[in-house]
Amino acid sequence: MNLALIRELESLLDKQSVLHLPEDLALYQYDGSVEKALPDVVVFPRTTDEVSQIVRLAARYDVPIVGRGAGTGLSGGALARTGGVMLVFARMNRILAIDARNQRAVVEPGVVNFELSRAAEPSGLYFAPDPSSQKSCTIGGNVSENAGGPHTLAYGVTTNHVVALELVLPDGEIVRIGNAHGDAHGYDLPGLFVGSEGTLALVTEITVKLLRRPEAVKTLLAVFDTIDDATSTVAELTARAITPAACEMLDGWTLRAIEDYVHAGFPRDSAAVLLIEVEGLTEAVAAQATAVSEVCHDHHAREVRIARDNQERDLLWKGRKNAFGAMGRLAPSNYVLDGVIPRSKLPQTLRRLAEIGERYNFKIGNIFHAGDGNLHPIVLFDPRDPGQLELALEAASEILRYCVEVGGTLTGEHGVGMEKSELMPLLFSDDDFDLMRRVHDAFNPNSALNPGKIFPLSKGCGEIRVKSPKPAASPRA
Amino acid sequence: MTASSVHVATQLESIVGRSHIKSSPEECAAYSVDNCIPGVVAAPASAHEVSEIVRFAAKENLAVIACGSRSKLNIGKPPARYDIALDMTSLNQIAHYDPADLTLSVEAGMSLATLSTALFEQKQFLPLAVPFADRSTVGGAIASGLDSPLRQLYGTARDFIIGAEFVTGSGALTKSGGRVVKNVTGYDLHKLLIGSLGTLAVITRINFRTFPLPLDACGFLASYPSAAGALALRDRIANSPLAPSTFEIVSPRFPHLFPDADLWHVCVGFAGTAEVSGRVSRDLLAFAAETNSVSAQILEDQACFTLWQQIREAIPNLLSASPAMCIFKIAQLPGELPKLFSSLAKIELPSVVLAGGSGAFYYGFCPASPDLQLLSGTVASIFEICSEQNATSALLWCPTELKKHQNIWGQPRQDDGLMKRLKFAFDPQNILAPGRY
Repeated sequence: MNLALIRELESLLDKQSVLHLPEDLALYQYDGSVEKALPDVVVFPRTTDEVSQIVRLAARYDVPIVGRGAGTGLSGGALARTGGVMLVFARMNRILAIDARNQRAVVEPGVVNFELSRAAEPSGLYFAPDPSSQKSCTIGGNVSENAGGPHTLAYGVTTNHVVALELVLPDGEIVRIGNAHGDAHGYDLPGLFVGSEGTLALVTEITVKLLRRPEAVKTLLAVFDTIDDATSTVAELTARAITPAACEMLDGWTLRAIEDYVHAGFPRDSAAVLLIEVEGLTEAVAAQATAVSEVCHDHHAREVRIARDNQERDLLWKGRKNAFGAMGRLAPSNYVLDGVIPRSKLPQTLRRLAEIGERYNFKIGNIFHAGDGNLHPIVLFDPRDPGQLELALEAASEILRYCVEVGGTLTGEHGVGMEKSELMPLLFSDDDFDLMRRVHDAFNPNSALNPGKIFPLSKGCGEIRVKSPKPAASPRA
Repeated sequence: MTASSVHVATQLESIVGRSHIKSSPEECAAYSVDNCIPGVVAAPASAHEVSEIVRFAAKENLAVIACGSRSKLNIGKPPARYDIALDMTSLNQIAHYDPADLTLSVEAGMSLATLSTALFEQKQFLPLAVPFADRSTVGGAIASGLDSPLRQLYGTARDFIIGAEFVTGSGALTKSGGRVVKNVTGYDLHKLLIGSLGTLAVITRINFRTFPLPLDACGFLASYPSAAGALALRDRIANSPLAPSTFEIVSPRFPHLFPDADLWHVCVGFAGTAEVSGRVSRDLLAFAAETNSVSAQILEDQACFTLWQQIREAIPNLLSASPAMCIFKIAQLPGELPKLFSSLAKIELPSVVLAGGSGAFYYGFCPASPDLQLLSGTVASIFEICSEQNATSALLWCPTELKKHQNIWGQPRQDDGLMKRLKFAFDPQNILAPGRY
């Protein structure tokens, strides 16, 4: 890495806010995905102004920049694919305002998702997007990836809760888009920037909506002897227009792994369970719980249990949210997918997943947001065994191709990042890419921000610019 | 018809066929926008034909404005140029509907009324009850960016659009999003089309998530001597567990709604089982008493239905009775509305207000005199009041002549530059509805 740039960064921030030794950088080559890429330098700004100055400095040295929150992403979105400066928002972690009357909060990007809900709790409010990593992931990361979570079934993903952003553009300009009330004329700029995976601008401040906590919540655990019965139940709930707040499915193999780890109370001898939550007015919740139970029983649920208290409810959710951790006990590595399918296609898709797993000789666990049709097949493999990673990626690719084939898509909440960029032509034409590239270039013309993400790098998909991994030797005048 | 317009019409005929071209002055006048009349009207029957027309227009540097029923076509600044009107009403089919998945893909020219009928058969609906609902097309409803009273529960279009297909200013047929309810694959370009007034692309198809028809709907009506009381009820409901499907505050003497009343009215809609409705009714009546309402009552099915239809059509009815009416759409945080309402009251014009629960509201008045300078001054004062209080405001309906004196989008915004960059990315030659933003 260019020492002159490092010295300038140290002078701009301080020595403790700039990492450049190999042993310090090693951690930052990973996120939650199977990808890895090493940054040349990692910086920890404290203010928007510092972010702007870092961006200007990097531009002067012709070095790319990637923003990063907690590094919990699952698509390589916050990895420095072509090296350069990694800008970590961990120290921009203040909740700047909670406006209970208007149900708004203003936060810096490094605020941990769960911390915002905790801070809003005294007002009876919370931040609705709840990714499994919510106790460690940051709201800046949620914005970049347009993160979801179990309860987005009823309340929508991150974009539905963001009303305004402060951005730093690749030339260092600071600009605000949207507004606190979330209702301006003109183009929906927050709608574009949320989910743009850090490829258009760096986000330095976020204004979000807060929701009022529901009066009543019931959490149901429906136990099935076949996966088909569980998936048919979800399809039927959708078809009967019953919309729970969350509807998660765990297959038997996965829930047994969770039981060994978390002891959440999932029945070990079942083929699948549905974790279904209904919430709202007390009277509405009672009616919805009855309707959900009826559908489950119609599809041969052998038991539908309602969590007796918050403790049991929390334990069930702990099991769900720690599922990926539980998988870590079964194999040295795993690859979590994020395909989405129409809910009406759930039964046939789960059958196909099992068939693909058998063919590739991989164990594929299923724990996912069934109510949204958002699958998270987990392919377990051993990267020490030569060729296993490649085979796992091949199996994953076949799964995602099938999702597209039945009318679905590649990613529901994890983002394209670097892991799915080469599959993008399954969905998008050259004309589609051309427009996306024009929009990209309108804000990030030199690919200074997060190069090598979203767009396929292979030939035939347009000329996607990616900066050289080797930065220029000296600053431009 | 000039020689050049004959050339244009001939070329367009080769794309869509002679029967889908209108070129007589009378026919073209029906497609005028702020008194600008196109040289020719083309009615494509497919997305491919739309693409061909726009490619031709780009080659010839002709300005194109896409339209559906034309009920909201005058929203925006007058077009800088207008050569071809693109009548989208022949693209009027449901392209894909999976009721079991609650997802829908519909061509832009389909009327909302026809679509509603098709969804009703499956006991579903789209919460896009925009004004001019009996005429509006799906594409027009999205491109105009108007809200519906149902946003209280279902949000705005950005909350239930899941994808779109559209033709850019270079004639490329492109898409974004998809047909599933959760999707982060690629940029969310379809969200940019909402309220874009056709300036970015010509929408050919839109994908939505659909919603189950609610159970028996009920209504609630309370009246107050001042806006403060009505807003206090809004706050009370927002701080409760209730989740009404609709919420509107209507100012005194609102034509067609409460023309004779000197009171502010709050109209709330809700739905659910008998137990839920009973609970909501009890709570609302108690909240009305707490906030010192003059009267409060529960409305049964038919009365409720009629009232919501009237509220949905309140703006068209105002314009129909007083075509010179100036109507702003203003948005502010709900907690700041009392201050904004009192500042606007200082304008001292007979005005009407129709406010949703989110803080967005329509503010309308009839010009006191035909003097455009005077009217322009009044409009400027309203923009200034809003700007000072960090509210956003736009003058959506006003006499065309006023638009020569006043920027209907109000004061410049910090993100105007970013909007221009997007416009250039989508429409590099500036041929789609040029000048309207």
